[in-house]
Amino acid sequence: MRIKALVKRIIRQFIRDKRTLAMMFIAPLLILTLVNLVFSGNDYEPKIAVVSDQATLSEKLEETDEAFTSYKSSTKAFNDLETKKLDAIIEIDPPSIKITLEGSNPTANKAVMMTVEQALKSMNPQESQQKEVEPEVNYLHGSTDMETFDYIGPFLIGFFIFFFVFLIAGVSFLRERTTGTLERLLATPLRRWEMVAGYVLGFGIFTVIQSAIIVMFAIFILDIMMAGSIWYVILITLMLAFTALSLGTLLSAFAKNELQMIQFIPLVVVPQVFFSGLFNIETMAEWLQPLSYIMPLTYGGEAMRDVMIRGGGWPQIYDEVLVLAGFSLLFMTLNVLALKKHRKL
Amino acid sequence: MNAVIQVSNVSKSFGSHHVLEDISLTVKKNEIYGLLGPSGAGKTTLVKMIAGIETPSDGKIKVLNTLMPNLRNMTQIGFMAQSDALYLELSGNENLEFFASIYGLKGKRQRERIEHAASLVNLTDFLKKPVHQYSGGMKRRLSLAAALLHEPDILILDEPTVGIDPVLRQSIWKELYKLSDMGTTILVTTHVMDEAEKCGQLGMLRDGRLIASGSPQQLRESTSSTTIEEAFLYYGGARHEN
Repeated sequence: MRIKALVKRIIRQFIRDKRTLAMMFIAPLLILTLVNLVFSGNDYEPKIAVVSDQATLSEKLEETDEAFTSYKSSTKAFNDLETKKLDAIIEIDPPSIKITLEGSNPTANKAVMMTVEQALKSMNPQESQQKEVEPEVNYLHGSTDMETFDYIGPFLIGFFIFFFVFLIAGVSFLRERTTGTLERLLATPLRRWEMVAGYVLGFGIFTVIQSAIIVMFAIFILDIMMAGSIWYVILITLMLAFTALSLGTLLSAFAKNELQMIQFIPLVVVPQVFFSGLFNIETMAEWLQPLSYIMPLTYGGEAMRDVMIRGGGWPQIYDEVLVLAGFSLLFMTLNVLALKKHRKL
Repeated sequence: MNAVIQVSNVSKSFGSHHVLEDISLTVKKNEIYGLLGPSGAGKTTLVKMIAGIETPSDGKIKVLNTLMPNLRNMTQIGFMAQSDALYLELSGNENLEFFASIYGLKGKRQRERIEHAASLVNLTDFLKKPVHQYSGGMKRRLSLAAALLHEPDILILDEPTVGIDPVLRQSIWKELYKLSDMGTTILVTTHVMDEAEKCGQLGMLRDGRLIASGSPQQLRESTSSTTIEEAFLYYGGARHEN
């Protein structure tokens, strides 16, 4: 009898909580759809520049595969490689073949090497039987022994910092509301922006420590590739943490309890994994690609790679850092406004 | 007329649910004003509006001749919420330090005020303990101490003596009288009829309406009742017969 009463009560509670219900049934569908869209994308198509004195050779290559474009000057090609418009440059000066890869993305590297091998084989099948033309391979960034983890690692560091700061900051701001302390604070002359700023600063201290620990662990213990300065990496992770912190506290205003806060994970955090560059955005359906622009992790992940793989410094990352700062400010402002729900002043 | 709190024709509704309807009352300086009513009568909503946390849907609330909500006025108000708004992970002392700092109390003055407020509620010996080890009554007392820290002109207490033993309740009332003698205006809500007797002025709240107000004696005499409870029944019943 008592069990029956219990079951009845739970069913009733569940039906009253429409959000949790929707989350249980709709969120898995959403995620499955996302995964499907991401992984059923096209193969990576590399962009390779051909630089050669012999125009016939470049033309031949261009005919074999769409990936090849002939460039007149190697200077322009290297500029495009630097700005990531190209994945690789192939310089043909018979009998030597020199390939320079951008190198920061292992998937792109593999695609380039495969395309080049096939193209060379199809061009002169009889010759390749006699002697294998061994192309000389150089990397602009990274190296042959760069592992996939070196590529996704910088992104994952950013992701984990974002994820945990988001959740913890969100839940603790929520607790402030559910335990009545928020109301108690609103009966004091404390201003709304002061409350938001206080939270950001208070948590900020912990996020500094967290960022430092995670970054150092990845670099010194996991031995992840680290081409740039550790200080820039800490700066970027910190900016990401601030973004997560301000977003978490903002969204906690729209959750009634801890469970509802956790429900934001598949809505806010998981999509960022797919759209912020952990997977190749170029291989996704085109209409999905612009989504990456509104994801804070896109900027964090890109800046992390700029520093850790490409050895970039302030000139390479300042725009991404500024975008993250902008996100934080925006979320904080919105949070100040959201608190109006509790007190008009 | 030193009206410290003036509530004029205030109504409050959340969506289509009317919580308070056309409430008008005045609390004078030094007075201990009691809002008496059963749970759900709208007491908490009314004091929250006076404290400046909620805004009325209709009507005006003036505290110290300034329209609420007003941030500067909030420094003059000490508010003790119905739920113990305390940080359980922190010690009693840390909680008091936090609230004192919010009101701008620093250094030696802060220590003095914390010491004073804690001794008032008999918690001096327990200040080092984390609040999650406190009993219900101790948490109530700590909440009260937090409301007293900045020596507010107006003290708004929402059900301050729930779960507090009779001896301590008496000593808290003694302290409230002392504060009111020194010039503090006190607004207190209660659903305990015999506690209402201790207030200088009473407002009886039922289903969001102020059904009667006056001193406990006046209310008893005009209904020829011997207790406040009887008077409350009289006014409550009278409204139903209408």
